[in-house]
Amino acid sequence: MTRHDTVARAAATPERPQPHAELGLTAAEYARIREILGRRPTDAELAIYSVMWSEHCSYKSSKAHLRQFAEKAPPTEALLAGIGHNAGVVDIGQGYAVTFKIESHNHPSYVEPFQGAATGVGGIVRDILAMGARPVAVMDALRFGPADAPDTRRVLPGVVSGISFYGNCLGLPNIGGELAFDPCYAGNPLVNALCVGVMRHGDLKRAAAEGPGNKVVLFGSRTGPDGIGGASVLASASFGGAGEGAKRPSVQVGDPFMEKLLIECCLELYAAGLVVGVQDLGAAGVSCATTELAAGGGVGMRVDLDAVPLRDAALGPAEILMSESQERMMAIVEPAGVGRFMEICARWDVPAEVIGEVTGTGRLEMTWHGELIVDLPPGSAADDGPVYDRSALRPAGQRELAADDPSALPRPAGAAGLRAGLLALLASPDAADKAWVTEQYDSYVRGDTVLAAPQDAGLVRIDERTGLGIALATDGNGRYTLLDPYAGAQLALAEAYRNVAVTGARPLAVTNCMNFGSPEDPAVMWQFAEAVRGLADACAALGVPVTGGNVSFYNQTGGTAIHPTPVIGVLGVHDDVRQRLSLGFREAGASVLLLGRTAAEFGGSLWARIAHGHLGGRPPRVDLDAERQLAAVFAAAAAGGLLAAAHDLSDGGLAVALAECCLAGGAGCTVSLPGDPFTSLFSESSARALVAVRPGCEAAFAGLCADRGVPAAVIGTTGGQHLAVTGGFSISLDELRAAHRQTLPGLFG
Amino acid sequence: MARVVVDVMLKPEIHDPQGEAIASACRRLGFGQILGVRQGKRFELEIGGSADDAVMARIAELAAELLANPVIEEFEIRAP
Repeated sequence: MTRHDTVARAAATPERPQPHAELGLTAAEYARIREILGRRPTDAELAIYSVMWSEHCSYKSSKAHLRQFAEKAPPTEALLAGIGHNAGVVDIGQGYAVTFKIESHNHPSYVEPFQGAATGVGGIVRDILAMGARPVAVMDALRFGPADAPDTRRVLPGVVSGISFYGNCLGLPNIGGELAFDPCYAGNPLVNALCVGVMRHGDLKRAAAEGPGNKVVLFGSRTGPDGIGGASVLASASFGGAGEGAKRPSVQVGDPFMEKLLIECCLELYAAGLVVGVQDLGAAGVSCATTELAAGGGVGMRVDLDAVPLRDAALGPAEILMSESQERMMAIVEPAGVGRFMEICARWDVPAEVIGEVTGTGRLEMTWHGELIVDLPPGSAADDGPVYDRSALRPAGQRELAADDPSALPRPAGAAGLRAGLLALLASPDAADKAWVTEQYDSYVRGDTVLAAPQDAGLVRIDERTGLGIALATDGNGRYTLLDPYAGAQLALAEAYRNVAVTGARPLAVTNCMNFGSPEDPAVMWQFAEAVRGLADACAALGVPVTGGNVSFYNQTGGTAIHPTPVIGVLGVHDDVRQRLSLGFREAGASVLLLGRTAAEFGGSLWARIAHGHLGGRPPRVDLDAERQLAAVFAAAAAGGLLAAAHDLSDGGLAVALAECCLAGGAGCTVSLPGDPFTSLFSESSARALVAVRPGCEAAFAGLCADRGVPAAVIGTTGGQHLAVTGGFSISLDELRAAHRQTLPGLFG
Repeated sequence: MARVVVDVMLKPEIHDPQGEAIASACRRLGFGQILGVRQGKRFELEIGGSADDAVMARIAELAAELLANPVIEEFEIRAP
């Protein structure tokens, strides 16, 4: 029988060496823990602090910057819960509230692509569930190394398969997202999962324990040695070497069927009024749930770790505290409700156990085999972790990078060159048809999906009677952000905002997933600081608050960081989804208009990359006022039924947008390019969109654009089976389709 | 001709939701004495020639590459 480290032993043996460095705590952080406790921590306490003060849980390097999202937040009455909760909650009218969040699962998806991506979906779904909402849809923003790299062939199919397995089993539609490739993501793919849920206003739940005497219930899957890294260090350091009692870190395996039971069980528990506070268990498991619930309610908590249902009886207390076993939740329940709570759990086949109770002591106390092994102020672990103002320094070469303008690159000559250029872009893995991926996802389960990939945004109906719905899009462009992190983050927001607006929805709120390299590298920290500043400023300008999100640091292979990649999710509300706009050209005879201003902007463009492997110069100019006006035009045009199609312009500019409109709807078009044909086709100027106007509505739409100061140029007409450029080239839809569709099946099929 | 069997199991510490689902089905069907189930898979390979050490070594490579996922599974090879 192993003797476990207790509070009494810790007080009696102050000098015992502890493996704080192996657990990722600095000497200063360890000293701070000793100061908080007035003694050395026990093994179990050290486990709690090491996970709660990790970058992932504490945001210690990012906190100082993220404050801007609150400080610069635009005034809004839509926000019911903001940053700091499991997910932000937004009022969408008619008594409905929506909660949404995006989160990274990058590293687990590299180690074991299928399970890593699957548990990424599971984790974000539980975040949404913990707010009191029913999850209604998911999205995934994915970035991999070069499409033809052998490791991408290992990672991508596994990730896609894991997402589809988990989401499809749960019965949640996957309504969109992104798929992009760049050598910088080889060895460090980005797997960012978003979930959105819906509730009535009164259903909002808080992650706060209240009422001394209330019970702490752990329910869902049993606890196993999943995802434990540090605890094995602790175990071996405490017990004299590896071997007996030391568990290897292991990959988390998702169980979507248990998650489905948890969802239905939680919703029934909420409806029955049995839940005082609730928290999902993600990273840092029981450590995180107990400290955050207690700190959130400003109370104490007593927990008997022997009561935690285990899958592996050999687990010790530190391992139980650090386990990241999936599909678990923790609830605070009044004593009188415990019986009913357990009955409902039993009915859903969800294991549940009372493991402790709320106290008035203000301390988190945990026992193991009857001995006190944890006694700490919960806020010290959950809220008052270290905060670092890390040094940030513009990377050497940043100026040279910006000066390396692509305008000097050779451009395609003549009609044949432009034609070949368009086909090459359309067939590139970034612009190619993503059906090979999205067809593996169930996009229409639940019966409320109005728009899904390849549309600009996903659109879900919330109320069948009124047609109220929500639109969601995610965007990010690491190339732009590398060239200028401030502008790049703004461009990502602007694109997601535009993608939502182009369906006719009103953008309301923002979530973000900040994927960066090591915060200990001043160059990365500069990129991060600039990106956050840019995003906060742009959110203020666009009137959409950040409601929450996630920071993922240490995305690098060896010493080389990924391109800074903020992935921005925008949520919009659609008053009547029957009036949504979609991207396909379906009928002949509609005028095709290009909205917005086009300049010769090729820095970070898809053309520069595909045609020349070039990355340099300045990203497109940001014009947030133009974005706002464009969005207003779409909201009014959708409500007025003026448009037959609408599509946002982004990677690959007008060339790719035209091809996508033709292929999505099956009708061709004939256009005349205003100005220099090359710039017209391939520039990536922001705040632009392509529309087809319903015959008879031309004047009304022109008036709308004029009122908002949005430049609108008639460039052609829909119809035929070709994408034809007057005085230039013509490509049959069959040829376009072949170029667009063959790439991904050819690589991964 | 020889036959080689490759048994693949999840590593002992890896969560096995399928095994747990089977275990609970066992209990529902009245086999209360079954406390746990771990589910694996078995491959039977027909080999041209004899299953000598060199062949077995190649099959081990194949198992690590294709039949098992060594990140979460372990395998055993035998020539019965």
